[in-house]
Amino acid sequence: MVGLIVVGCTIATGLALLALRENINLFFSPSQIVDGTAPSNTTIRLGGMVVSGSIQRGENLGVTFVLTDLAEQVTVAYEGILPDLFREGQGIVTQGKLDSSGRFLAQQVLAKHDETYMPPEVNDALRKVMAVDQ
Amino acid sequence: MIPELGTFSLILALLCAIVQGTFPLLGAHRNHGHWMNLARSAAWSQLVFVGLAYACLTVSFLSHDFSVRYVAFNSNTQLPVIYLISGVWAGHEGSLLLWALILAGWTGAVERYSSAIPQEMRARVIAVMGLVSTGFLLFIIMTSSPFARQFPIPLEGNDLNPLLQDPGLAIHPPILYLGYVGFSVPFAFGIAALLAGRLDGAWARWSRPWTLFAWSFLTIGIALGSWWAYNELGWGGWWFWDPVENASFMPWLVGTALVHSLAATEKRGVFKAWTVLLALVAFSLSLLGTFLVRSGILTSVHAFANDPARGVFILIFLSLVVGLSLGLYAWRAPSVRSTLVTSPISRESLILINNILLMVTTATILLGTLYPLVMDALGLGKISVGAPYFNSVFVPLTAPLVLLLGTASVIRWKQDKIKRLLWILTPVLLISFVIGVLWPVFNMPHYSSVAIFGVTLGVWTFATAVVGVWSRTSGGNRWRRLRNTPSSFYGMTLAHVGVGVFAIGIALTSAFSVEKQVRMAPGDHQLIGGYDFRFDGVIDVRGPNYLAQRGVITVLKDGLPVSRLEPEKRTYQIQRNPMTEAGIEAGLMRDLYVSLGEPLDDGRSWGLRLYLKPFIRWIWLGALLIAIGGLIAGFDRRYRLPSGIRNRSPSTVTTPSVGI
Repeated sequence: MVGLIVVGCTIATGLALLALRENINLFFSPSQIVDGTAPSNTTIRLGGMVVSGSIQRGENLGVTFVLTDLAEQVTVAYEGILPDLFREGQGIVTQGKLDSSGRFLAQQVLAKHDETYMPPEVNDALRKVMAVDQ
Repeated sequence: MIPELGTFSLILALLCAIVQGTFPLLGAHRNHGHWMNLARSAAWSQLVFVGLAYACLTVSFLSHDFSVRYVAFNSNTQLPVIYLISGVWAGHEGSLLLWALILAGWTGAVERYSSAIPQEMRARVIAVMGLVSTGFLLFIIMTSSPFARQFPIPLEGNDLNPLLQDPGLAIHPPILYLGYVGFSVPFAFGIAALLAGRLDGAWARWSRPWTLFAWSFLTIGIALGSWWAYNELGWGGWWFWDPVENASFMPWLVGTALVHSLAATEKRGVFKAWTVLLALVAFSLSLLGTFLVRSGILTSVHAFANDPARGVFILIFLSLVVGLSLGLYAWRAPSVRSTLVTSPISRESLILINNILLMVTTATILLGTLYPLVMDALGLGKISVGAPYFNSVFVPLTAPLVLLLGTASVIRWKQDKIKRLLWILTPVLLISFVIGVLWPVFNMPHYSSVAIFGVTLGVWTFATAVVGVWSRTSGGNRWRRLRNTPSSFYGMTLAHVGVGVFAIGIALTSAFSVEKQVRMAPGDHQLIGGYDFRFDGVIDVRGPNYLAQRGVITVLKDGLPVSRLEPEKRTYQIQRNPMTEAGIEAGLMRDLYVSLGEPLDDGRSWGLRLYLKPFIRWIWLGALLIAIGGLIAGFDRRYRLPSGIRNRSPSTVTTPSVGI
């Protein structure tokens, strides 16, 4: 009985760790995308501020916009409806993959329900850039 | 004046809590009757003062006293009265006050209904709850007073966050807190029993009904949160594995384990030390949940900008509670002697497996929730753990649980025969499987192994519940035996059926939901799963404190209109945040769900999300059945009085007097 439990727990732990490894999404800032730190063709998260005037609607529900960390910019392409609080100047996080041409193909766009709220990741990335500038 | 009265009552409540947390404890230690008796009056006065503070805050909301910063930040003169009342717990400060009020309420209830418990035990339990309350009241007074004034006084308030202006969310926090805070009762019983050095069946019997009530409220609270997210976020989802959802789900899982192991401890005297540990862990996870939500370290819908001093306070409080209680456990538990489980084929060994599975599930969710925080704290990069992780560990761990659960209604305590079980259960399993295979064939658009699996499990729990009731009441007069079966058995049966309903809901929703994001101009049609959605355009409407664009969508089936959906895009006048209000036609077999995206360039077309969600109501219905089952079990007659007193004449039972 005890042996069974130990074996069961070991298997469960192994499976959990495996599942964890496959489903971790690393966060990158636009600077890290531009300087090549971010891997392409794996699901990652990209966060930044939406550049004013960069939102362009395409065919059907296609849309592109530009994210910045005030140092570098990355163009994001998305197909679908944007969240309520998606707007220019807003800090947002997207999840998706980087294609070979350096465009980010987002599968998910997240914007939070608080006007003044800045996702911590985006906040940190912005602060890093400002620190470098000074 | 009223806010100052509130602050004053809070300070008085803190003093009562300190008295309540110290004297009865010392009294119990030194066998000092008067000190132990202080527990009652201190607990009731604490309740009165916290209640008074709470009433002061509510009055400040109702009278639009914007000199109070918290009121100005969370309400507005245009706000409907129901949201003025629920606005009290809309933010950090007020929800902590609500927490303290509920804790004082639970303490009062324990005081009121525990007159049959020995005085020493009762004094310790109330004292431990007093100590917890001291921590929370200190926290409120030192870092998060809801009564802080501000100058200059604004003419108009900042309004309530539009997301919270929904009846479902108005009642979600109080119910959730009833659950969270309710776990402080088994926690206090556990600590008291460890202090007294007596962990017996009586201890389990005393804490069982409280645990069941707290757990039932937590179940409803979580279900309400999920239902609200479905209605209000406009993504058609009902669970997102958001860290804050996990924070409430982990205590629930441990609470579920606790409810079961308490039964085994009470009936058979097994797992005594383990049960106490579960009680400590359940409450610690409730506190951890509060810490995660309130410290602002999570990226989530619930995260708000926050004051780091608060995080530090909660962290210290959390470490104190967890550290001291586990320390006490490590010191006392080794001396506890449990009865050993005699046979692997028995109800108690099933409960053991149930506990292991639930705890492993909790651990994997905890891992996924805390891993990003740990990585970040160590400077190893920012990561997030996606929903696929949680789904891929949760389903394989809980599916065997549902299979076992069916067996539980039939298997006996102590020792059962595997032949007998196979004889009863094999045909039931076969029938469940046949129904599981046939159901989707008749009812659903295409073949799906998930659906077959889920329906089989669901039918299995239902069928075994029926068999369980039948075999328990066979022999003799069935009607009389049905009536004499204790309500805890019916509660268990209902809760287990609820799990089945829940499983069917999840399986069919995830297998057969249809989602489309489309661009539609007025007059356009979209066909989804046999339903024809026609977009009739958008009109402007005015609400009490918002303007809205209301889309009109007519749903036709076979050319005949079956429903008219009116999703809205609201703009609240003060906060100017756009808000999506989904248009939903709810049904037992399917929901039709539409949410408005955004107007597109040409001015006529809109982006729309269209969903067909089969059987999604079953998810919340299942949760509701589970909770009702828990409540029914908690009201079992045998918990009202301990067995020693039950048979004596009523006059010997001390009737508790309510007083301050």
